[in-house]
Amino acid sequence: MRPPAVETAGLVKAFGTTRAVDGVDLHVPSGSVYGVLGPNGAGKTTTIRILATLLRPDAGTARVFGHDVVAEADAVRDRVSMTGQYASVDEDLTGRENLVLLARLLGFSRQQARVRAGELLDAFGLAEAADRLVKTYSGGMRRRLDITASLIVTPRLLVLDEPTTGLDPHSRNQVWDIVRALVADGTTVLLTTQYLEEADQLADRIAVIDHGRVIAEGTPGQLKASVGAGALQVRVPDPAQRAHAERVLAQALGVPVHPTSDPATLSARVDDAHRVVAVLAELSSAGIALADFALGQPSLDEVFLALTGHPTRPGTTTKEDDAA
Amino acid sequence: MTTTPIIPDVGAALSARARPPRPSALSASRTFAWRALLKLRHVPEQLIDVIGIPVIFTLGFTYLFGGALAGSPRAYLHFLLPGTLAMTVVLVTTFSGVTLNTGITTGVYDRFRSLPIWRPAPIVGAVLGDSGRYLLASALVIALGLVLGYRPGGGVVGVTAAVALLLGFAFGLSWVWTALGLVLRAPSAVNNLSLLVLFPLTLASNIFVDPETMPGWLQAFIDLNPVTHLVTAERGLMAGTATLGQIGLVLATSALLTTVFAPLTMHLYRHKR
Repeated sequence: MRPPAVETAGLVKAFGTTRAVDGVDLHVPSGSVYGVLGPNGAGKTTTIRILATLLRPDAGTARVFGHDVVAEADAVRDRVSMTGQYASVDEDLTGRENLVLLARLLGFSRQQARVRAGELLDAFGLAEAADRLVKTYSGGMRRRLDITASLIVTPRLLVLDEPTTGLDPHSRNQVWDIVRALVADGTTVLLTTQYLEEADQLADRIAVIDHGRVIAEGTPGQLKASVGAGALQVRVPDPAQRAHAERVLAQALGVPVHPTSDPATLSARVDDAHRVVAVLAELSSAGIALADFALGQPSLDEVFLALTGHPTRPGTTTKEDDAA
Repeated sequence: MTTTPIIPDVGAALSARARPPRPSALSASRTFAWRALLKLRHVPEQLIDVIGIPVIFTLGFTYLFGGALAGSPRAYLHFLLPGTLAMTVVLVTTFSGVTLNTGITTGVYDRFRSLPIWRPAPIVGAVLGDSGRYLLASALVIALGLVLGYRPGGGVVGVTAAVALLLGFAFGLSWVWTALGLVLRAPSAVNNLSLLVLFPLTLASNIFVDPETMPGWLQAFIDLNPVTHLVTAERGLMAGTATLGQIGLVLATSALLTTVFAPLTMHLYRHKR
């Protein structure tokens, strides 16, 4: 029987009086994409730094493919590559030099290292920039190089810490494509994210983490079912029509409808996206024209509100890495 | 900017091949030394201020005080040059602490620490790679000396031996700054503190004048100062008159510094969050 890619039990890590990780239990099946979803400071980065053997847990155990991260750290390092949230490549070297350096450290000969670096630069669309210093790269290129640097020997587990934070949509899609190709190749991917959409797009299972604890776990479908499919926003051309539209909507959807700060807009939680079409038709037959409407994914805030009863803590912009 | 190319075929780039055997401790350290040299090549301006000071000191002291102190600038140069050579390299050693401190706060060291390699390799390699800096700085000072009329009595062999001994001393001293670089928070703090330590050690030594005319308490300090003994050995080697005792003392100092500060550095590195 294959051991799970990651198995943690009661994992605890404290920095001073702050318990950054406070009893995390994770079970990541081999060959899957696993998303760890949570706001800044929830304990995501600390958890995966323990899995990458960069931090020792204060209590609890963590195993990667059956190997203990403390007692068998080298066996874990053989199987895991991690791409951190902040660039883990050398800005004062070229892209090619970065990859050759890491290939040499993995045991490639000088010649093999050069060949492997060339292959990767070609495959990841970095050949043109290969001999430029990394500090001249755009954010998307840097991130791609950073992920490429984790793939010199294809790892059995790739850990990505917020791989698309700060990227434009095009670069984000490229990162997603890379993740999908890796999984198709048999690598297990563990990624942290603040975006429900990202977890939904990529992950087979998601753990929602807050205050260092897993507060929900399941497939994206299960998770969304517990939150509602999304939010419907409707905008009428004339604010005077809003009250009428509110009554029609509330009746058709069977859920509370909230006026928003915009005097012509209404918002409602929708559990079944399919009903939206019918509801919009009812508005039309009631003689209410629409200026605009949108059906959006529930945001991380809405997930948190549904799961914990409190929104993501306001003003939590401090970097977890300051504590880690 | 060109448009970002679509990723052609990531799947093909994933290696099915087996992981090569792990590199030896020596091989991994050498790779990190190579990294240090690459950085020196890409960012050569990092040497400017540290080399500037001794150049100014050599020129300034030779022509301002040379005549008064030794009869002629040229005679003084023969006394001074081995001293400024030592001073230059001793000052350049502070960079090993500064670069480590700068690097460790970026994610690059996280990657190194998550690799299955000999744990001390990144630091040992960086310290070894710094020898490139020391060689470059030594060459610059010696070339300047030769242009000004310095003619070493020990010849090529003496000068080579002097530079080799200097590298040995610098290797030991570097560990002090790497330990400091892991304790302090900011690169500027590492730089300031190490220069604060080094300026008294280089000034209150026999680099610029013979300590004989100084007050007794200062002579006592100068006698204890390892920089004094380094300069004595450098002068001896470059003039071709060094004794084994002079050389042995410098090597012993370097060994002592390495024995204390290399393990301390590694301890701090392992426990660095």
